[in-house]
Amino acid sequence: MPQVTLTVNGKKHTVEVEPRTLLVELLRETLRLTGTHVGCDTSQCGACVVHVNGDSVKSCTTLAVMCDGAEVTTIEGLARPDGTLHPMQEAFREYHALQCGFCTPGMVMSAIDLVQKNPQGLSEEEIRHGLEGNLCRCTGYHNIVKAIAAAQEVMHGRRKELARAAE
Amino acid sequence: MYEFAYHKPSSVADAVKLLSADPEARPIAGGHTLLPALKHRLARPTALVDLSGIAELRGIRREGDKVVIGALARHAEVANSDAVKGAIPALARLAGTIGDVQVRNRGTLGGSVANNDPAADYPAAVLGLGATVVTDRRRIAADDFFTGMFSTALEPGELLVAIEFPIPEKAGYAKMKNPASRYVMTGAFVSRGPQGVRVAINGAGPCVFRQREMEAALAANWSPDAVANIRQSPDGLNSDIHGSAEYRAHLVTVMAKRAVADAG
Repeated sequence: MPQVTLTVNGKKHTVEVEPRTLLVELLRETLRLTGTHVGCDTSQCGACVVHVNGDSVKSCTTLAVMCDGAEVTTIEGLARPDGTLHPMQEAFREYHALQCGFCTPGMVMSAIDLVQKNPQGLSEEEIRHGLEGNLCRCTGYHNIVKAIAAAQEVMHGRRKELARAAE
Repeated sequence: MYEFAYHKPSSVADAVKLLSADPEARPIAGGHTLLPALKHRLARPTALVDLSGIAELRGIRREGDKVVIGALARHAEVANSDAVKGAIPALARLAGTIGDVQVRNRGTLGGSVANNDPAADYPAAVLGLGATVVTDRRRIAADDFFTGMFSTALEPGELLVAIEFPIPEKAGYAKMKNPASRYVMTGAFVSRGPQGVRVAINGAGPCVFRQREMEAALAANWSPDAVANIRQSPDGLNSDIHGSAEYRAHLVTVMAKRAVADAG
């Protein structure tokens, strides 16, 4: 079986995989990082989004063997070791941007990629457009969009602290 | 997915050797069409030949009066490329509307064009700009490349290496997306330049095609009004749960008008 070496959340792993093993299977079943979800398994819903070499990708439609040498970040790799949440995670909590939570890991990973690649700031419409690859069946997206709009201010250093949600 | 072997060559010559030696082997680039097909067991390749280690297939560059894009260029790279945005902005805009962000981070120009899905975006640009497809062994004009639904002039084992897009004076693209899948219901890519006036229609038929009546009208008068009264025949167009052939025929005129307006 081919061997792949990849760095996941800063930690290097060398594992044997079948060529048909998907990246999400490697993450969930071999590395036991079950925060990355499989929703549709057809590259539409975005529950499986992780970062590979800094780009958000659907890990259900990526072969693990093609990620040899890659840097992968999953939802588990966002918070600091002391438990301090990433500003995007904090914003999702503050703005109640989730209900059942199934889509949330993928939403957060897509949102971070979107914000990082748009330092000029994103309008509400641009945020909605940027979430085309992520489906949420509970929230109607409204609070997700609000959370991302608030988080980008902190991520780009325009605010020190997250703006609180309206009471 | 069924089992398959995996190869990662580092040159076009080695990839072609692997593909020629085993007719059941398939090349893989971004995999965003191939992997879903394998999951559904619609294909059963003996081996996948991973193209991602081949440097010759990468790169986007302007060469005189054309833009040359390597087969492995991801949709996001084409959308954000200064060379493409400067020379053929309509092509950059088209690339920025394919699928979603994550699809654009993996999917490639070569994969999309070689697959020739009737509802794909890139074939419209390749035909609508009169581009040239460069393979490991020859150069193929866009007019000869797309031969039917999911079929092209590529021979077994032949690898798409790059596409040369002549720089037009004007070009524009418009499409009606399926609201759920985002695939093209009907789209139109129009251009005026060294290749004359071209109108390529995707999504509507089993294969991208040129709308010659609209080309003649636009050659005489480059404006949305010139195509407004040209009706596409529904004969031979796709008819499915998403839309009838008559609906798609109607959209051909609407999208062509919008594409000309987009071109300015």
